Amino acid sequence: MDASNYLYISALLFTIGAVGVVVRRNAIVVFMCIELMLNAANLSFVTFSRINGNLDGQVMAFFTMVVAACEVVVGLAIIVAIYRSRRSASVDDASLLKR
Amino acid sequence: MSISTSLVYLIGLPFAGAAILLLGGRRTDKWGHLLATALSASSFAVGVYHLFQMVNRPVEMRPTSQKLFEWISVGSFNVDAGLLLDQLSICFVLLITGVGTLIHIYSIAYMSEDRDRRRFFAYLNLFIAAMLLLVLGDSYLSLYVGWEGVGLASYLLIGFWNQKPAYATASKKAFVMNRVGDMGLSLAIMIAFATMGTVSFAGVAEQVDNTSEAALTAMGIMLLVAAAGKSAQFPLQAWLGDAMAGPTPVSALIHAATMVTAGVYLITRSNFVFDAAPTAQLLVVIVGAITLIFGALIGTAKDDIKKALAASTMSQIGYMILATGLGPIGYAFAIMHLITHGFFKAGMFLGAGSVMHGMNDEVNMRKYGALRHFMPITFITFGIGYLAILGVPPFAGFYSKDMIIESAFNSGGMQAIFLGSLTLIGAAITAFYMTRVMILTFAGTKRWDEGVEPHESPWLMWFPMAVLAVGSVTSGYLLYHDKALYKWLSPLFEDHGEHEELLKPIVVSALALTMVAIGVSIAVYKYMRENIETVAPENVSWLTKFVRKDLMQDQFNEKFFMRPGQLLTKALVTTEDVVVDGSVRGVARMAIGSGSGLRGLQNGFVRSYAALILVGALTLIAAIWVVVS
Repeated sequence: MDASNYLYISALLFTIGAVGVVVRRNAIVVFMCIELMLNAANLSFVTFSRINGNLDGQVMAFFTMVVAACEVVVGLAIIVAIYRSRRSASVDDASLLKR
Repeated sequence: MSISTSLVYLIGLPFAGAAILLLGGRRTDKWGHLLATALSASSFAVGVYHLFQMVNRPVEMRPTSQKLFEWISVGSFNVDAGLLLDQLSICFVLLITGVGTLIHIYSIAYMSEDRDRRRFFAYLNLFIAAMLLLVLGDSYLSLYVGWEGVGLASYLLIGFWNQKPAYATASKKAFVMNRVGDMGLSLAIMIAFATMGTVSFAGVAEQVDNTSEAALTAMGIMLLVAAAGKSAQFPLQAWLGDAMAGPTPVSALIHAATMVTAGVYLITRSNFVFDAAPTAQLLVVIVGAITLIFGALIGTAKDDIKKALAASTMSQIGYMILATGLGPIGYAFAIMHLITHGFFKAGMFLGAGSVMHGMNDEVNMRKYGALRHFMPITFITFGIGYLAILGVPPFAGFYSKDMIIESAFNSGGMQAIFLGSLTLIGAAITAFYMTRVMILTFAGTKRWDEGVEPHESPWLMWFPMAVLAVGSVTSGYLLYHDKALYKWLSPLFEDHGEHEELLKPIVVSALALTMVAIGVSIAVYKYMRENIETVAPENVSWLTKFVRKDLMQDQFNEKFFMRPGQLLTKALVTTEDVVVDGSVRGVARMAIGSGSGLRGLQNGFVRSYAALILVGALTLIAAIWVVVS
């Protein structure tokens, strides 16, 4: 099968993730969309690795996973903390910095 | 050249007086005027002492110098603050301190009613000190300090009654016009420094031979500008008439006898420059000739007794400047006329002050008349001054003015006849307006305002007038006799030997006396009548109107200097506003505008930031794609 189909899937996933980040208010959903974008990027890396016949892309994918895991830990902690203090998981409610 | 340590007292004594009176404040009110007079008199005594010392020394040892301190020392350029008393400065020293002391005495009585008499005497002492520094400085730089000092004293004293706005304006006018001249002096000093590397009189005199004529001409012209400003010569003459706003003793001392003659001193002192720069010398003659006629014409139309005398001063200094412009044959006679003029003009101003004192400060001569019966001493002293300025023998002006007219006729070439005739015409006009002043003030019928009771002034006032009157009679003969002043001053000037005589002295005297007689007869014919109008008649010829407006001098200055100057400043202010301030304000406005525009992006919503990042990333990718493909 043609490797570029994986890239189309990757672009589609990334777009879904990006649109989700911009349009959704719920922090958890936004978070999942970010994960979606990261994994879209991972898919591209692996695909390019396959196309080029070396392992650089796969190594980068591992790095991305590590970063994503750390991000999930920190991000979820922040979301939980915000939810506890203001009973809301909407990202639009946490806009105190503008004032 | 001999060395003395007592020259500094000449300046120091009156300067200490000014300092004590100004710093001591009201505490010195009771005795301040006495102290000031005593210090001025002691300065005169020091001057007389030096005169005797000087006379007893051989000619080449006569100039005396004193080094005060090292003033400026930069690399190879050194200026010492030093004093130099030579044959020329001693004439001025005695005139300044002598006439100055008499006027101090006069002012004790004249200003006795004034609340600020102490301040007045402080300024008078300040003036004497500054004027002495002017004539005693041994370099152009120390002369400059004195030059500015007398300008300041003159400004303070013209505006002494500055509660009247017109008087304050007059003092400002004098100050500003003097600044124009001062600019000339500072430029002359800079030229001397740039081309000769020295600013002392002796140094410049040495360097004259090694300097190009162009530089000397430029320096001469700048010195002439300075002289014109200080001595109220054309074209910087307009301030002198208004300077009469000051108290009358000030007019007598500063604006008749001493300060206004500083220009004559400057040119005489710089004789080495002018002798080597014929063009500048010619300009000096032209300026003198124009002013002597100009001042005389203004004098014919003035009803204010002080302004008539001021115009006369301007004209007489014109004679002196003209004489200095004639070169070595004229210097001594310029100084001689300066001294005799110091006597008779100061005497007449004091006389005018005495008349005003008796007439409730009325200055309009049309409201005088018949005062000879009420103020006999003033009449006699003023009359002696009058005969002296006319040049009637044996009074002082006869000798000094005749010598100038004679030098003008003997200066050689076509210009001699022209200049000689001008000085003769000037003499006739002088005779006319001075006779007019005499007749309007002392002869004719009473035209006083109601409630005026003229009376003779106290002896403190008529005593100085009497002394000056004696000087007006004798000084001319004493200085002329056996060529006394000429021989005294001749070591200072390069004389080129005998000059051809165009006219015999006796012919010149006869011509001058004829012109005077014509001037007097016209004035007698016109004004020796019963019905002098107390208000100047309006239906007069355009010529009279023109002269009454001071030959349009103020209108000219306003039209050609003041208005364009104001336009220039307005234009500069607008340029400053629009260009300089505008660009600064524009930058600020741009920063504020872009800031408030961008502030909208910082709305605090995470999603809009995310969207912006997305848009930015997409733009970047698009840009790279466009560039790469």
